[in-house]
Amino acid sequence: MSTTAASYRSSLPVGRDGFAQLLHAEWTKFRTVRGWVITAVAAALLTVLFAYLGTFHHENGGICVGANSASGTCQSYAHPSPPLGPGGEAVTDTYYFVHRTLAGDGSITVRVASLSGRIQAGNGNAVSVGDLGGAPGPLQPWAKAGLILAAGTKPGAAYASVMLTGADGVRMQYDYVHDTAGPAASARSPRWLRLTRSGATLTGYESADGRKWIRVGSAHLASLPQIVQAGLFVTSPQTAPDQQALVPGGSSKATGATATFGQPGLQGGWSPGGWTAGEVGDTGLYSTLSSVGSTRSGSGFTITGSGDIAPAVGVGDDDTPDLTGVFVGLIALIVLGAMFITGEYRRGLIQTTLAASPRRGRVLVAKAVVIAAVAFVAGGAAAAVSILLGDHLLRANGNYVYPVGTLTQLRVILGTGALVALAAVLALALGTALRRGAGAVTAAIVLIVLPYMLALYSALPAGLSRWLMRITPDAAFAVEQTLPQYHQVSYLYTPSEGFYPLAPGLGLAVLGAYTLGTMLVAHRVLRARDAAA
Amino acid sequence: MSDATIAVSGLRKRFGQTVALDGLSFTVAPGTVTGFVGPNGAGKSTTMRVILGLDAVDEGSASIGGRPYASLRHPLRHVGSLLDAGALQPSRTARNHLLWMAHSQSLTASRVDAVIDLVGLGSTARRKAGGFSLGMRQRLGIAAAMLGDPPALIMDEPFNGMDPEGIVWMRGFLRSLAAEGRAVLVSSHLMSELEDTATHLVVIGRGRLVADTSVAELIGAASAGRVTVRTSSRAEATRALTDAGAAVSATGPDALTVSGLAPERIVELLGQSTVPFSEVAVHRSTLEEAYMELTRDAVEFRTVEPGTGRHTAEATR
Repeated sequence: MSTTAASYRSSLPVGRDGFAQLLHAEWTKFRTVRGWVITAVAAALLTVLFAYLGTFHHENGGICVGANSASGTCQSYAHPSPPLGPGGEAVTDTYYFVHRTLAGDGSITVRVASLSGRIQAGNGNAVSVGDLGGAPGPLQPWAKAGLILAAGTKPGAAYASVMLTGADGVRMQYDYVHDTAGPAASARSPRWLRLTRSGATLTGYESADGRKWIRVGSAHLASLPQIVQAGLFVTSPQTAPDQQALVPGGSSKATGATATFGQPGLQGGWSPGGWTAGEVGDTGLYSTLSSVGSTRSGSGFTITGSGDIAPAVGVGDDDTPDLTGVFVGLIALIVLGAMFITGEYRRGLIQTTLAASPRRGRVLVAKAVVIAAVAFVAGGAAAAVSILLGDHLLRANGNYVYPVGTLTQLRVILGTGALVALAAVLALALGTALRRGAGAVTAAIVLIVLPYMLALYSALPAGLSRWLMRITPDAAFAVEQTLPQYHQVSYLYTPSEGFYPLAPGLGLAVLGAYTLGTMLVAHRVLRARDAAA
Repeated sequence: MSDATIAVSGLRKRFGQTVALDGLSFTVAPGTVTGFVGPNGAGKSTTMRVILGLDAVDEGSASIGGRPYASLRHPLRHVGSLLDAGALQPSRTARNHLLWMAHSQSLTASRVDAVIDLVGLGSTARRKAGGFSLGMRQRLGIAAAMLGDPPALIMDEPFNGMDPEGIVWMRGFLRSLAAEGRAVLVSSHLMSELEDTATHLVVIGRGRLVADTSVAELIGAASAGRVTVRTSSRAEATRALTDAGAAVSATGPDALTVSGLAPERIVELLGQSTVPFSEVAVHRSTLEEAYMELTRDAVEFRTVEPGTGRHTAEATR
């Protein structure tokens, strides 16, 4: 070659070549397409809109007072609140109590001779009053008869108790949420129970014969006053709602239990005089039978009770702000995530991107970070506004709203952000692997949208719904659950009632695993194949 | 090797049964506009994509300044490229398209505005690229190629869709880039587009190198020994020159093309025979003529695309 001209040297300042530059480029790409920015904002607004509409959906929440028995309609609705337990959680605290005062340390021992059940006749419904006297019926698994020591008879008081249950053996329970299993014991055979107080420590024992005692468990109740009410109790919870019920929670039936006790044996600082009998609680939020009471039978008692001493679960339909809108926003963000890469394949722009940044893995990660950040902010902000707005509007409409801790709310907000961010990155990875927008969006819908629809809005059996929420990317919706699930309370713990089978972190991890796996496939495809348009 | 030198060596690539590149090697030196010529489907675009690290090869290697593209930091500062002017997000403005590219190379918005002025897009750059004509997209693509002020440039059919004014501008622009010492590789399937622009040619067909030559040598070879004589006495002139051993053919009513004699000898012979003439000139082929001469016998320029019955030898139109 004859040309000997000196080759060109640029005078542009040298800059850094790091991941930050790549992120900056991908962020510039995102923000300069107005349609994408609008989609992200619309995803957030749609979520909030659904939360807003959700507060009207349940405008007539609460329980009926003054029902018109002729027309079956309700004159007005009351919005009573369940009592709060020592931990601040909503509780059910309704039982029949035969008690006397105990000052300081002491113990009570009793023989539970028999336990049988009653159930409300006809259909249970919060609106129709029906016959709440009840008739003999099956014993509920969580019917309870035994000994209780409570700070007082005000619902929500601190307590510890040891009991024989309908089908769950002997249990030691305290302060509503705590439950310790004792030996398996049939409600058909008599059982001896003992509860002792020694300072702040309460210990439950049980025995099959009144001679050989087994310790069931103990509780440390620091705030228990010196003087407490203690004695015998019986209660029996309402049935779990039917999945097919048109009104959620509407088909629960009130039940009762009748127990015969032997003569209570007392030691310690018990007040002289007789026993006081009466019903504790009954706020009207919980279905109970009216035929409760106690009679002396020889030196013992026969007591019929109805209700529960447990965390409140599903007492109303309007108990938490509606977050179903997150799902709608999620669909928009999935489409956005897929488009963020398939749009480049469609236009051939991918070759400009890869010519500017030949290290392809880093391009994919930069895109993922940008779309995840956008989705996280949109989803998190939408969840925050939905919770605050929903909470405010529900209360303004006179609905009862479950107390939910600030940390739980923060977990829902951040968890929702993480959920939509991971889903958007999953869609991005699908788009990278498949290169076509239609294919990627279809795959994302099959993976994410379809299982959610089936689990929440189809007549799928509850067990199958729960499995879908375990093994599909939708497991991450567990972050939306604000109320804990209690094994000691029978309820329809289904996704459509707001209960998910996995813990929030584990649910997110399932989605994270899908996202990571798909990203690895996408990375391989992006590196291995020619950057064809 | 200079930072700007583009080199490919022994490139082989198959797409299934089709051989796209078949042992292709050449070098693009700084300070030249190298025309990359061949019929559609010859492998020009594939070669460029291989140089830019977009397509992998089965064998061989490509480098910019001796380094593979994938190892370059801020690659757009080493080599600018225009492959597909239509590769744009239509709802993004031209300026924002350049802006994200700038950010990926640690360049600022002021550099973006500089290249917008360089290609004459001006205020149009703030409009959505989706509404651009092909000519405007080509200018935007050239702005993108110039963004990193690179010492090497690769452009695939940059004249496509340009109006005559644009083509003139483009030729001057490419020449000025080479004059600054940059290595410029410009592909075209129309030889005439490269007239007065390319100083070097790489001709390929079916993924193989057909010629790697300077334009001066190519035209010189095609014109070799041919002299045009303009005379009113064609018969006398023909006789005088044929007697001296030249091959003479009539190319017009008063024009002859002579080969086998140097122009000085022709003037001398015509003078001795007192044959009047108005012009004796060394014949200069056009680039297109030279190209046709070069490729006359090459089979790959005569193929018919399967199924279409259409000649792909557009270079010979």
